[in-house]
Amino acid sequence: MFSFLSRSLVEKLITLFFISIISFSVVMLAPGDPSEIDPMNPKFTKEDIQRLRKAFDLDKPLYIQYYLFYKKLFTNELRSYKDNQPVFTKIIERFFNSLPLFLVGTLLTWCLAFPLGIQAALRRQSFFDRSTTFFSYLFISLPSFFLAYVLIICIVKLFNVPVIGLKTFGREASSLWYLVNDHIWHLMLPSVLGAIGGIAILSRYVRSQMLEVTEQDYVRTALAKGLPQDTVYYKHALRNALLPFITMFGLTLPGMIGGSVIIETIFSWPGMGRLGYEAILARDYPVILSLNFIAACLVLLGTFISDVLYMMVDPRISLTGGKS
Amino acid sequence: MIHNKSANNPPPPAHEDSDLIPQMTGLQNLWRQLRNNPLAMWGMVLLMVFFVLAVAGLLLTCGRNPVMDPEKVRLVDTLKPPLTRANTAVLAPFERPAFGIYFLGTDKLGRDVLARMLQGAHVSLLVGFISVGIAVFVGIILGALAGFYGNYVDSVIMRAVDIMLCFPSFFLILTVVALLPPSIWNIMIVIGLTSWPGIARFVRADFLALRKQDFVVAAEALGLSKMKIMFIHMVPNAITPVLVTATIDVAGAILTESSLSFLGFGVPPPAASWGNILADGKDFIFDAPWLFIASGMAILITVLAFNLFGEGLREAMNPKLRER
Repeated sequence: MFSFLSRSLVEKLITLFFISIISFSVVMLAPGDPSEIDPMNPKFTKEDIQRLRKAFDLDKPLYIQYYLFYKKLFTNELRSYKDNQPVFTKIIERFFNSLPLFLVGTLLTWCLAFPLGIQAALRRQSFFDRSTTFFSYLFISLPSFFLAYVLIICIVKLFNVPVIGLKTFGREASSLWYLVNDHIWHLMLPSVLGAIGGIAILSRYVRSQMLEVTEQDYVRTALAKGLPQDTVYYKHALRNALLPFITMFGLTLPGMIGGSVIIETIFSWPGMGRLGYEAILARDYPVILSLNFIAACLVLLGTFISDVLYMMVDPRISLTGGKS
Repeated sequence: MIHNKSANNPPPPAHEDSDLIPQMTGLQNLWRQLRNNPLAMWGMVLLMVFFVLAVAGLLLTCGRNPVMDPEKVRLVDTLKPPLTRANTAVLAPFERPAFGIYFLGTDKLGRDVLARMLQGAHVSLLVGFISVGIAVFVGIILGALAGFYGNYVDSVIMRAVDIMLCFPSFFLILTVVALLPPSIWNIMIVIGLTSWPGIARFVRADFLALRKQDFVVAAEALGLSKMKIMFIHMVPNAITPVLVTATIDVAGAILTESSLSFLGFGVPPPAASWGNILADGKDFIFDAPWLFIASGMAILITVLAFNLFGEGLREAMNPKLRER
């Protein structure tokens, strides 16, 4: 067990090293320079540009920039080009804004996708199966912002509640009941939108996985010897069908950054995805790179967690040998 | 994964009543499976309609003097609802839309939405196909090399796949597209270069199985060059699952382009794509809902058709589901 974990950890660190190199070179080798962000400004003299380039290490060769960048990232000295704030503090602040969105979205996804997928598999070719299939394709195929605008208009017209942003501005003095309600309304729509695509995809996976398991001999045997159907399906079959989803659980972690750019932009939600979008617009390289790095760390952490979980749950996988 | 091998071989010579020879060729079997799947058939019909529209759109809107000009600005006729007659009092005959009617209305610059939608059809299609084409090309080459040579070639390529899978893909695409100068080709290349890992994995898995097949061993014994064996003899046997994935990836690429357009980094004007018509339309959602609805529905239906057809193909080729 220990040898497996340590080897897997070393492999992941190597991967992370390469990711850091690639993302650094992609961003730094792109045409344009952050110091040229406002070239028409007459107050911006050549000396100013030189001073700024020096302050942000942009005048040094790339490999030294790389070294300095990651050194500063780990010692929390990295500062944003845009407002000179420490990058790490900025990201942490946004992280806690993204977290509720992510948690509610994930919870919705997993709580709805599984029952839907299992029911669709057990009633194969029924009306229920066909309609869930059709709707999941429909939701996979919708551009998320199209759906978002339609839903915003519907909700605002029907219930007359504000939904954009973290909370309604200027109502901080209202009653506690109003504030809680307000927060829930603001949280609901973006998390539902974030969850819809996930539900559609995940329920398809659950369905096919469940179909595969219910074809197995042991399920037929259990049914033949007269066990109640519910016991067979929900106890014996389901447990085996659930195994692959441990892997997927680990892979939902990075969705916090990449998956939320559009939703957070539409809803003006000050989360990590929006931070990334703003950083891209401002060519704020430290923030872009740090977010990329954190996202990669989240992916690796996710796969690591799912490896460990997989080993704990599935006794057939040996702890010593084999690649992850 | 070799079950579909016969799909690419000519039908076997007629040895009547032989049990060893399948009654139908793979393609016939595939067609029979597809015909039993109404959703997939609908997808295919819609795709054909879409192709015809895209070709018609290309013919009608291209050239110096097109039948319908998608870029003609008419400031007297801005934001007109569908089926409005053109303002004949002001517009010269060559400025009027075809038949003098705006069938789908006009946008904020008075451009004919129908003409823009028709032009957008082939632009969107081009983005989808070229980006997926790049992904398939890179994926097949790398997957083939990894599966054929094994050993360290395999480890290096698979490590690269792992690294690519660690990037939050949409965030990466957004970063690169935003940092590069705006161009439709950059978008295609970036989407293509970030979506090959899945295809490389498929091809590698197939190649690992094919590597030990008799026809490969025979080809090696005959002294064929390795490149010929790989890309002339083995790739056709591994290509079918890749094409299925590619069908679904085209849908994904069209959606990605529309998301990029929404964030302001899509196909640059004056060229129209469904994504940027939709993104422009969101600003006029109350004044000119037809902009939003026409392009949103077009994207939805096309992507849905690609998804349904692709999933239908996948299901038809799955030997486990075939016998049922």
